[in-house]
Amino acid sequence: MRMIKRGSISRSKALCIRLAAAVLSLLVCAIVIVAITKQNPLEVYAGIVDGAVGTGRRLWVTIRETIFLLIVAVGLTPAFKMRFWNIGAEGQILMGGAVSAAVMIYLGKSLPNALVILLIFVSSALIGMLWGLIPAYFKARYNTNETLFTLMLNYVAMQIVTFCIVYWENPPGSNTVGVINAANRGGWIPPLFGTYGMCVLLVAAVTVFIAIYMNRSKHGYEIAVVGESQNTARYAGINVKKVIIRTMMLSGAICGFAGALIVSGSSHTISTGTAGGRGFTAIIVAWMSKFNPAIMVIVSLFLAFMQQGAIQIASQFGLNENASDIITGIILFFLIGCEFFVNYRLEVTIKNSPKH
Amino acid sequence: MEEYAIELQGVTKSFGSVLANDHVNLTLKKGEILAILGENGSGKTTLMNMLSGIYFPDEGTIRINGKEVVIRSPRDAFELGIGMVHQHFKLINVFTAAENIILGLEGKNILSRRDMEKEVAEKIRQIAEKYGFDIDPYQKVYNMSVSQKQTVEIIKIIYRGADIFILDEPTAVLTPQETKKLFAVLRNMQEAGKSIIIITHKLNEVLEISDRVAILRKGKSIREIRTSGAVAEFLTEMMFEGKTFLDINRSEPEDRGVRISMEGVSVRAADGVLKLDNVSFKVSAGEILGVAGISGSGQKELVEAIAGLQKAETGKIVYYPPEGEAKLLSSMAPSEISKTGVKLAFVPEDRLGMGLVGSMDLTDNMMLRSYNEGKGFFADRRAPRELAEDVVKKLEVVTPGVNTPVRRLSGGNVQKVLVGREIASSPTVLMVAYPARGLDVSSAYTIYNLLNEQKEAGAAVICVGEDLDVLLELCDRIMVLSGGKLTGIVDARSASKEDIGMLMIGEGMKQ
Repeated sequence: MRMIKRGSISRSKALCIRLAAAVLSLLVCAIVIVAITKQNPLEVYAGIVDGAVGTGRRLWVTIRETIFLLIVAVGLTPAFKMRFWNIGAEGQILMGGAVSAAVMIYLGKSLPNALVILLIFVSSALIGMLWGLIPAYFKARYNTNETLFTLMLNYVAMQIVTFCIVYWENPPGSNTVGVINAANRGGWIPPLFGTYGMCVLLVAAVTVFIAIYMNRSKHGYEIAVVGESQNTARYAGINVKKVIIRTMMLSGAICGFAGALIVSGSSHTISTGTAGGRGFTAIIVAWMSKFNPAIMVIVSLFLAFMQQGAIQIASQFGLNENASDIITGIILFFLIGCEFFVNYRLEVTIKNSPKH
Repeated sequence: MEEYAIELQGVTKSFGSVLANDHVNLTLKKGEILAILGENGSGKTTLMNMLSGIYFPDEGTIRINGKEVVIRSPRDAFELGIGMVHQHFKLINVFTAAENIILGLEGKNILSRRDMEKEVAEKIRQIAEKYGFDIDPYQKVYNMSVSQKQTVEIIKIIYRGADIFILDEPTAVLTPQETKKLFAVLRNMQEAGKSIIIITHKLNEVLEISDRVAILRKGKSIREIRTSGAVAEFLTEMMFEGKTFLDINRSEPEDRGVRISMEGVSVRAADGVLKLDNVSFKVSAGEILGVAGISGSGQKELVEAIAGLQKAETGKIVYYPPEGEAKLLSSMAPSEISKTGVKLAFVPEDRLGMGLVGSMDLTDNMMLRSYNEGKGFFADRRAPRELAEDVVKKLEVVTPGVNTPVRRLSGGNVQKVLVGREIASSPTVLMVAYPARGLDVSSAYTIYNLLNEQKEAGAAVICVGEDLDVLLELCDRIMVLSGGKLTGIVDARSASKEDIGMLMIGEGMKQ
């Protein structure tokens, strides 16, 4: 057996391979379900679908989880395209969320709602920008390792949020902030066509903007060149340091804004779990989509769908939530694994190996 | 048929829709040196990669020492006694020569590291003595010159007991002296009964070293002939179907005034080594100034300093435009240089690492110089696309289209894309570093003619080169660097290779 790199592959053939992988993964999942839980796999699948989109409320929750994952993945895209390994989205989200909560707490009762929301958006983007600027500055100036730097900043953000929770604790002794402005809904993003309609619109706008920014703008071109080769960038007269700093500020700003959407649009509170690991899951989304925003929508939807389905089957079949993680894992294994067959074909040689 | 070390019959290999090798037949006799000639992209390297187990043929049979074999991996090739020295060395920089040589070999017994090194070093010394290599087994690879690294690669193969050697353009990176040394070694190896295949573009080397020549054209084998019966013109003719390109059309320079002057410029590398030491010269519009020197004598720093990529520690670099005021380049970054309207074109030595972005297509690579033109947020892709199509047509770039990543093109075509882009802006100063390195004769002469066109159009051309024959034929004046110092500027029409050779080593001997 030999692996042979394919020179090119037609779109329809690549699609067939991916579809075959998806079907195969569901079959393997079914076998695993029967073997471990003795449940009817079709019922379990139905449970997942029911959990994700079974009722209007569940559908909205799935949409909410999708767009939160999507906006973080979109925010990470410019940085990753530049080969700047920003694993600090978690911290950027938390900082954006904390500032949003602060605006809601201190101004949400006195200013008009539209102004409060505007302030939330601007301030959360600014703090995310700052959280992206810090590692970018040190990378550009001293060539520090951005992976460690952004990771450590996550912990700093976590500590700041912990401090804020103590400071804003409500009711006292609960060790949580509680729902902010439950009475007047100050700083809450108002519903549109449904609970999270406004958030959907905002995330869609950001996604479209980044898609255009990366593919059509001068900045996007600079990012691609810097990511491929800093030497070439310097040769072409691109100011590499400036591009690194500018791009990370943008990336951080979007992640900070994601924190605002989560706090002001959904949870209306702040906790150390506000980011909920989305900063890391989004890295998977971005890479799996090969930084194509359109595919990111699909991947985010899939992950959110499975996550919501998990909660359902956990209660319906008395499984724990990890059962769905196993299913997600198997499906991802097949979907990512099939890329190998898109890039390579296997060939079986019949002749015997040389004798020595 | 025992006398053949290698027999290839009907070997075919395609990559997607591109047929790299089309039913190639080739024989290598035992104890002979066979040269393989062919244009860029004619399938030489692909063919050799199949012998060394990197690619697997789609069709055809391979016989080694008369026996039909299947080579699935480099390990298979190595067990059959085939060793290949690639164009790009595959050595680990932080290891010593000895460590690199035994890397991946199974140890007989676990001695202490020092004992093992001693044993290996002893064996390496024996090999070096036998074939006339010059090597220090304990030297770290990062301290080695290109030629020393090549020595390590060759000894690595001998150490592993190979008796068939494949060398992919071994002389492309060597000075004339180093080439001579390499050839002496190859002859010693031949006398010891080793069979050798050498890929090269340089005809005089083919005539000097090889017993027979095999010619490939467009993936097909054309002919195998005895070298003694071949003359250079005949070989070129066979390679390019009757086209010969052995003359460069050099016109008399027209003095149109100084374009660039360098005054007492010194450049220091990041590690503190002085790379360019107090260099002063002038270059005029309408002339080609050659830059010669042993590799690493400061040529790279010289052109990069003018382009603004290296900071001049001392001295001034001044640009005199055809009209208007002189500009001080040495205080500007590359982005500022282009903003102030200096039409400086630069074809760097590292084409895919600096001049182009390998993963981007032709259009996006054309944009590298122009993306920032025009106002607004969006980058214009229409003009670069037209330019790409234009370059493909005018310079006969072989590519499936302008949407193909340049990395997929062969070396000569990559260079055509790069040069095509750089001259498109009708530059007033054109700098090229090793413009024909790795190119076949036909592509090389296309590039030389483009340089001449630019000269006639009034550009000041600075050409860093390694082939003195070409520099003497192409340039109007040649400046020679040695150890970062300018050792002389000669008239290319009257100077001899020996004159330049003396200048090249002039400083080196004092050290």
